[in-house]
Amino acid sequence: MVDLNVHIGDLQLKNPVGTASGTFGFGEEYADFMDLNKLGAIYVKGLTAKHREGNPYPRMAETSSGMLNAVGLQNKGVDYFISNIWPRIKHYDTEIIPNVNGSTVEEYIEVTEKLNEVEGINAIELNISCPNVKEGGMAFGVSCPSAMAVTEAVRNVFDKTLIVKLSPNVTDITEIAKGVEDMGADAVSLVNTFLAMAIDVKTRRPVLSTVTGGLSGPAIKPIALRMVWQVYHAIKIPVIGMGGIMNATDAIEFMLAGATAIQIGTANFIDPQVTLKIMDGLVSYCEEQNISKISDLTGQLRNI
Amino acid sequence: MKQIQDFKFSGYKWLNYSTYILTLKTDESVAGLEPGNFAELQIPDAPGVFLRRPFSILDVDHKKNTLSFYIKIVGKGTRQLGKLKLGDKVSVIYPLGNSFTVNGTQKALLVGGGSGVAPFLLLGRKLKKHGVDVTFLIGARTKEDVLLTEEFEKLGKVLVTTEDGTMGQTGLVTQHSAFTDDFTFDKIYTCGPDPMMKAVARIAKEKGIDCEASLENMMACGIGACLCCVTETIHGNKRVCTEGPVFNTKELVWLI
Repeated sequence: MVDLNVHIGDLQLKNPVGTASGTFGFGEEYADFMDLNKLGAIYVKGLTAKHREGNPYPRMAETSSGMLNAVGLQNKGVDYFISNIWPRIKHYDTEIIPNVNGSTVEEYIEVTEKLNEVEGINAIELNISCPNVKEGGMAFGVSCPSAMAVTEAVRNVFDKTLIVKLSPNVTDITEIAKGVEDMGADAVSLVNTFLAMAIDVKTRRPVLSTVTGGLSGPAIKPIALRMVWQVYHAIKIPVIGMGGIMNATDAIEFMLAGATAIQIGTANFIDPQVTLKIMDGLVSYCEEQNISKISDLTGQLRNI
Repeated sequence: MKQIQDFKFSGYKWLNYSTYILTLKTDESVAGLEPGNFAELQIPDAPGVFLRRPFSILDVDHKKNTLSFYIKIVGKGTRQLGKLKLGDKVSVIYPLGNSFTVNGTQKALLVGGGSGVAPFLLLGRKLKKHGVDVTFLIGARTKEDVLLTEEFEKLGKVLVTTEDGTMGQTGLVTQHSAFTDDFTFDKIYTCGPDPMMKAVARIAKEKGIDCEASLENMMACGIGACLCCVTETIHGNKRVCTEGPVFNTKELVWLI
């Protein structure tokens, strides 16, 4: 039996496989296809203080090995989540981690304070990397001082495990990672999507209503992997790796590069059962390699 | 309940140079489904086709365990899907989305443009079963694109318009005399290109009758998670894959 437990801050996750925010709804959307209790964590759809309609359609474009999205944090607000959605999903035997967003530091604080009061919510993922909103979002995550300021402000009002989700759209992601670590983050998750665009040559117009959107999928995997590896060597807190993971081999690469846990995002759209397959693949790999604890894989990249 | 199931390619029926009916078969039983539901197919061996593709379900056979789809080649995915070989596996997520409502309808006009007629076979059958008087109005560019009429004739009256006048009345579907002559329909169902559905919905509004339109926005997941396929309604953005694909056009902002 392989021990699949991993630790992120005060959390003990039953396995390293989680689902990336924005790709898995509130978990319920996948309940017909899989046993949600098997997941290590579900990072649920991004929340804001108030209801947000998100961006106009079209919000997505397919690329040859990935996709662009420009959803723009459509959600019904944190209060609706706490009173209507949380009661429906809290019984799942997995760590449900809300993803916190804001246009201002005050909004991040408001959302966090409310979630801090909810019994059973043991962690949040602070999203300072959404590329699809006009105000806030990625703006906080692309400058070190603002990333630090929002992390510090949220840290002050949140007693539980604080994960900060980083943007790859920066010159040096390790600086931001170090900055949020200094401000008390318990872990970082990376990477969010890459700012990108698509053009329809027939109409000569951008495909997305917002012109630019976030690129995800296998197209970004090698860059995400490099960033996880760099960040792992720059900080002491755990790294949660994501970016184009489609199968167990991809997941193992992220763990070897330094990820303690991983998130599966775009792959859920193609195979709603992919997380279970990745979990099985991780177990098989550990068995083949005589690894008794999966946490022993983290950062075990050998020298060239 | 939604499910993901492996089907095997069973056969094609080519309707014209760019349109085919794809039939898939499973060893298990096919889930129950309603007219208007759709499926997300993963297209095998299609480089550059990353996501699944959503298709209306044309027909289902619970005895033979088959699903069939009416597919027009519009890009890489639909072209590749027309090249399957016997035994090829196709992963299908279905049944997805809501369905057309038939309660209270007595005389229905089903207006389809191009491959928009796909959901009308199941819908026509259900309407007929409910004792509804069914008329199909099919619009196409030219005669070769007017397909499935034999199937529709088993269920009701079939009217046709072609833009080049090679079959039926000349012009767009919305110019058909069915809309001007003694109009006694109490419900319109429509599926096809957006401009056509908008025009049909406007007519329904003028006549004061209900109109249900099946939308085909671009989708990523098809199961309500990604929020990519939304359409604007009077109650805010709604997911075409989950709250749709069928909407009462009174709800849609594009009508206003």
